[in-house]
Amino acid sequence: MVNLSVRLGDVELKNPVIPASGTFGYGREYAELYDLDILGSFSWKGTTAESRPGNPQPRIAETAAGMLNAVGLQNPGIGAVIAEEVPNIARLFHGPVIANVGGFSLKEYAENCAKLNDVEQAAILEVNISCPNVHAGGKNFGSDPRAAAEVTRAVKAVTRKPVFMKLSPNVTDIAEIAKACADAGADGICLINTLLGMRIDLKTKRPLIANRTGGLSGPAVFPVAVRMVWDVYEAVRLPIIGCGGVSSAEDVCEMMLAGASAVEIGAANLRDPYACKKIIEALPDVCERLGAARIADLTGAAHG
Amino acid sequence: MKESLFTLEHARQLTEDTYELVLSGDTSAVTAPGQFVNIQLPGRFLRRPISICNWAEGSLLLLVKVVGEGTRELVRSVPGTEFPVLSGLGNGFDLTKGGAHPILLGGGIGIAPLYGLARRMLDAGLTPTVGLGFRSAKDSFYLEEFAALGCPLMAATEDGSLGTKGFVTDLAKNVPQCDYAFVCGPTPMLKAVHGLPQLTGGQFSFEARMGCGFGACMGCSVPTLDGYKRVCKDGPILYKEEIVW
Repeated sequence: MVNLSVRLGDVELKNPVIPASGTFGYGREYAELYDLDILGSFSWKGTTAESRPGNPQPRIAETAAGMLNAVGLQNPGIGAVIAEEVPNIARLFHGPVIANVGGFSLKEYAENCAKLNDVEQAAILEVNISCPNVHAGGKNFGSDPRAAAEVTRAVKAVTRKPVFMKLSPNVTDIAEIAKACADAGADGICLINTLLGMRIDLKTKRPLIANRTGGLSGPAVFPVAVRMVWDVYEAVRLPIIGCGGVSSAEDVCEMMLAGASAVEIGAANLRDPYACKKIIEALPDVCERLGAARIADLTGAAHG
Repeated sequence: MKESLFTLEHARQLTEDTYELVLSGDTSAVTAPGQFVNIQLPGRFLRRPISICNWAEGSLLLLVKVVGEGTRELVRSVPGTEFPVLSGLGNGFDLTKGGAHPILLGGGIGIAPLYGLARRMLDAGLTPTVGLGFRSAKDSFYLEEFAALGCPLMAATEDGSLGTKGFVTDLAKNVPQCDYAFVCGPTPMLKAVHGLPQLTGGQFSFEARMGCGFGACMGCSVPTLDGYKRVCKDGPILYKEEIVW
């Protein structure tokens, strides 16, 4: 019997499988398909202070082994999420939830996180400083170590919940950003968000996505994510949520070997809404093949 | 919504770029005309959302226009090929809302869901009038199948090579007391029909590039007077009074 439980700091998950933010809404659509309580956790849709309509259409383009999206953080706003989604989540899922929080200023990040203090089910705050599809006056908090540290400090000052900073791969040295977050008091790191990309329609000779660029996700980005998780594991002593192109139980184990304590599944859910269920069901056999009686023992095991 | 394997039974070319596909599989999740299926193709990351033309127990009829490599591979698949399919997606048309004499207006590949809709309207004792628009006679398809249903049928082509010269809006103008339409076609056509002064109501089927097809990713959200709606989950049918262009 393989022990699938893992820890993210003080938060225990029954298994390492977490649907990634932006691919799982607030759980409603998937709850029609399977019992969400099989999941280790789930990361809800990136939530900002005000409701956001998102970007113009089209927002989606296919790529080889993946997809581009430029949804643009469409969400109902933190107030509506707390009033309408949180009570519903409490019915659908009884484990610890990861609350993904977006923002356009230090103040907004802090206020959003503070509003979640009384939301008991939000066990971890995942602070998104890496959405490639919104533009906060040209500033992307996740691409500058000092800015990443400032957001980390601003959030830590208003919450007692563990804070995981979600990092962008669109940087020269992601380990440097992770270190800055760690030094500023982050409790964990989540990586990677999507890679900035573009497709151009040969018929119209214009970008396929109305926002011009979009975030690349899917199996195409998996090796990039594994490498970056490896780099961050070497750089900081914090629990890591590995994310990026994970599509199978084998990918989950590979991401953990690189250094992840838990793993988020994103685009795979969109291709196959049962992806997380199938991965969780396959994990015990894959762990047995790897000789891992406890899946948590895989974390970082590839580092010599 | 249901995920299951469908088997291609039969593919028939209707025009240069349009095909009729018959698949067998579990259609129990399909509850209304105007819903769609999302088909996973080998080697393609995203599924292909295709409107349901008609369905019966164990059988699914699709009309597919080749618009890229994925749809080309789909229509060229050999009978016996199995596809993972999410079926019964979207809200579908509500045929109880169009009165006793609704008009059905379709353009190009958009005529597909109107076939299943017309059949069910006739089964329900309604008397729909159908108006179909194509670019030209050589692009037309499924006219015989619609004619076989027995409801009044009109056709228009942009070049006048078949039926009335003009658009489906010209057909609608010829129908007395046409005040409620069920519409599917390219966006300019939807917009033109939406603007017809005699329409007091109608249901319009939209298409969009989709990520998931079941409401999770917000990839296909569009603004409406009733807030943003997901074409895949809250649609693809939107109602006249909520549509903004």
